[in-house]
Amino acid sequence: MQQIINFIVRYKTTLLYLFFMILAISFTVQSRSYHRSRVFNSANYISGSIYEKSSNISSYFNLSSENQKLLEENQRLRRALANHPDIDTVLQDTSQLKYTITTAQIIKNSYALPNNYLTLNKGSKDGLKQDMGVISPEGVLGIVEHTTANFATVQSILNAKSTINAKIKNTSYFGSLTWDGKNYNVVQLEDIPRLVNLTIGDTIVTGAMSSIFPEDIPIGTIQKFDLNQSKSFYSIDVALFNDMTNLRNVYVILNTDGPEIRELEAKIDDER
Amino acid sequence: MSGNSYLMNALRFLLLIAAQVLVFNKLNFFGFINPMVYILFLYWYPIKENRSAFISISFLLGLIIDIFSDTMALHAASSVTIAYLRPAIMRFVFGVNFEFQSFKLSNTTRIQQITFLALLIITHHLLFFTLEIFSFSNLLLILKKVVFTGAATLVVCLLFRTLFSVRKE
Repeated sequence: MQQIINFIVRYKTTLLYLFFMILAISFTVQSRSYHRSRVFNSANYISGSIYEKSSNISSYFNLSSENQKLLEENQRLRRALANHPDIDTVLQDTSQLKYTITTAQIIKNSYALPNNYLTLNKGSKDGLKQDMGVISPEGVLGIVEHTTANFATVQSILNAKSTINAKIKNTSYFGSLTWDGKNYNVVQLEDIPRLVNLTIGDTIVTGAMSSIFPEDIPIGTIQKFDLNQSKSFYSIDVALFNDMTNLRNVYVILNTDGPEIRELEAKIDDER
Repeated sequence: MSGNSYLMNALRFLLLIAAQVLVFNKLNFFGFINPMVYILFLYWYPIKENRSAFISISFLLGLIIDIFSDTMALHAASSVTIAYLRPAIMRFVFGVNFEFQSFKLSNTTRIQQITFLALLIITHHLLFFTLEIFSFSNLLLILKKVVFTGAATLVVCLLFRTLFSVRKE
């Protein structure tokens, strides 16, 4: 017994170091699985409010470009509206809506890491929940991963863990969108079969298989494509429409059928 | 440690976290370079202090930065490691001198100080980016990030060190 105590006293710094190291690595490894929400994230009260204050100040520098973006989006929507004069009434029965949309602002952005997260200034108080989709006026941004009362973290599409169902516009060939961590303007689209005719510049949009995003939300254009190792599928580099380095106003989308769809899918997995 | 020194370290702790989180994490120089200035805390921390306390504080420092930057516990793991290895690095850089009671960082040559800082940074960055990418298939990517971010960190830290040099410590 005496010897054990001597040993502990003698190596107490090493033991302390090992303890902290194991703690740190276990936090890291544990949070690699998606649904086990991370113990530590920037959606907590303290870091959230600090980021919000800092973002309130820095947002002034981008006001004009942000205004421009919103104006362009309004113009696009106006044009769509003006060219469909036959639609003069829109049904707004809130119990029938398939998607509900909330606005939010990004208070923390990152794109230099292999696993990037954004932080939003709205949380469960404003109805944000895990697995809601986040888009900007230009295209897809990510999926809400963790919420607190006032803040939410979003798993960006620039995240090695992210997979989003995507397809080539005007076809129904779909694949999954991933990121290899190299360039923040380029993501990868996998599993498009070889028989599809691809051209550089084709538009990639979200697919109908997703229980998170509505169909046909723009993502990017094909920059480069190659057959993968098995020679039966393409691996495609997609240049994003979004400038991931300069983001501010976003929309959070809730698919009201989403939970039901996921529940059904989980049942199939269980039965297997 | 005198009361003044406690205050000094606490202030450094907070200011370095603020600088890291609010300024340097958003720098994204060339798209990926974010210098990690908080390493200066481990460089400046008094030498003759309790090692257990030093390791615990380093862990806390890393963890707070992790919480802010959503990097799981990568900063915590790397900063606790350099805190643990610091005496070994110092013995390597300053020789047996550093064991003496009268040893002061400000009495050593500039080259020695820079080597000490550079070794801290290299160890930290190697561990950080290895854990971050977590597979050696990306060895080249790890090295690229270590070299470029390390160089940027070193430059910024040297600037900070000159700017806020401690005269009578």
